[in-house]
Amino acid sequence: MFPYIPNTVEDEKKMLAAIGLPSIESLFEDIPENVRLNRELNLGKSLSEFELVKYMKSLSNQNKSIEDLTCFMGAGAYDHLIPSTVDHVISRSEFYTAYTPYQAEISQGTLQVIFEYQTMIANLTGMDVANASLYDGSSAIAEAAAMAVDATRRMEVIVSSTVHPESKRVLNTYANFKNIKIVEIESKDGVTDVEQLKNAISKETAAVILQNPNFLGIIEKVEEVEKAIHEQKGLLIMSVDPISLGVLKSPGDLGADIAVGEGQALGNTLSFGGPYLGFMATTKKLMRKMPGRIVGETTDVNGERGFVLTLQTREQHIRREKATSNICSNQALNALAAAVYLTTLGKAGLKEVALQSTQKAHYALKEITKSGKYQLAFNQPFFKEFAVKTDVTAEVVQSGLLEKDILGGYHLEKFDPKLKNMLLFAVTEKRTKGEIEQLARVLGGIK
Amino acid sequence: MKVMAGLYYSKDHEWVKVEGNKAYIGITDFAQSQLGDIVFVEQPEVDDSFEAGDDFGVVESVKAASDLYIPLSGTVVEVNEELADDPAKVNEDPYGSWMIAIEMTKEDELKNLLTPSDYEKVCDEEA
Repeated sequence: MFPYIPNTVEDEKKMLAAIGLPSIESLFEDIPENVRLNRELNLGKSLSEFELVKYMKSLSNQNKSIEDLTCFMGAGAYDHLIPSTVDHVISRSEFYTAYTPYQAEISQGTLQVIFEYQTMIANLTGMDVANASLYDGSSAIAEAAAMAVDATRRMEVIVSSTVHPESKRVLNTYANFKNIKIVEIESKDGVTDVEQLKNAISKETAAVILQNPNFLGIIEKVEEVEKAIHEQKGLLIMSVDPISLGVLKSPGDLGADIAVGEGQALGNTLSFGGPYLGFMATTKKLMRKMPGRIVGETTDVNGERGFVLTLQTREQHIRREKATSNICSNQALNALAAAVYLTTLGKAGLKEVALQSTQKAHYALKEITKSGKYQLAFNQPFFKEFAVKTDVTAEVVQSGLLEKDILGGYHLEKFDPKLKNMLLFAVTEKRTKGEIEQLARVLGGIK
Repeated sequence: MKVMAGLYYSKDHEWVKVEGNKAYIGITDFAQSQLGDIVFVEQPEVDDSFEAGDDFGVVESVKAASDLYIPLSGTVVEVNEELADDPAKVNEDPYGSWMIAIEMTKEDELKNLLTPSDYEKVCDEEA
């Protein structure tokens, strides 16, 4: 008998007799001898529940999390405040353990949550419709590119080099298997080289992908790009930081055809990189080309409001081979966190988060550069993230900060080899004036 | 089940109305009745070029979604914009609800199409 599995030898015998088999081993006789492990798993001795919890805790205590450190690290994942309402709602078992809402009659709660989330994302991005969510910001970008190829019947997608490097890698993986040609445009002074981009656009271009604010935290010149791509009947895909939409023009305002992004900042914990939340929204015209699920509002036979998965012809049930994508997973619990977050904050609250983030980031830049050891790397407008350059080696800066329990300064050389000893700092509304001044002090003291 | 005289037909249940070098293309009464209530017609853009047999769009009903196959090679010169707002027109008036008009590039392909009486036989076999 295994610890914690309450079947006695007697129980096993009864169960085997019921299915007419002589031994547990006989359940596995279909597995050829030569692929079997033929030994016990290499696991330690079994532990009691209490011992096991203690052991796992000792392992997790070896990690440093943002509970131990002051976080000035961003680069796509952000330490924003999360109201306690989020955890309370997502911890309810009706949401926490719910399976996919295939059966509308018994899934109204899950469906309504997704519907509300979609509505908020559509409002936030200024688009007509949003889907139920995708894995993360990177998969949302890649799916958007595939969607643009499908909608325009063109095979080339232009991407700015200032898009998140991980997103570009996911995009290239998708493109490789869908025979999509990816053309990358260089950056100049921290922003997309718009002239080079304009010259690259042709009748073959399905879409241009821009990230705003870009990976370096800088606001891109979207208007010029929008005009150029639409003149050639291609699409504009914008990847945005949803928090920035509290103060910046929305993709809808800027004429984007598809808006995507990483939704982690909306009430989701950092969680060592996942699970995260990819959001996607588009225009009514392109609605049927959008991958993933969409929940729609309808009425039942009694005229009562109800919710259903809709437009499923685009998905996995029929015409699979014709679908933009066969992706039908969505991140419902993360989407719920985002919906609770946005509901708790409201429009004014989100604007406040965005304003405080940008003001504190600009204050941090001012404080950091006072010592003369650090200079702003690109003289461009930025939102909540900025790059500084220094003569000190980046690794020395990072470890000097860690010694003082500060996490920060993403080394940009990983993003672009030319950006040696440049560090990217993110500042959210969660950071206090004292923490920002401490960061500047510690940075100033690093040799 | 109506088959109109004076039109060409395809085995895929499209009808073709020729005016000079221009051909109007839609789906037949039989096709719309098989599909049921039509909720969406996906159409190509003006200037898109096709070879005979290519799929040029999709017609989606409450119970199915079917590709539209172009019976003739050509370039799209007009798209029936009315169907974007009112796809049910295809159910109400299949022969009046053309989907696209093309400039034919290979007129001799017309001889591969069915006459109304041949097409009636196709429908009888399928019904």
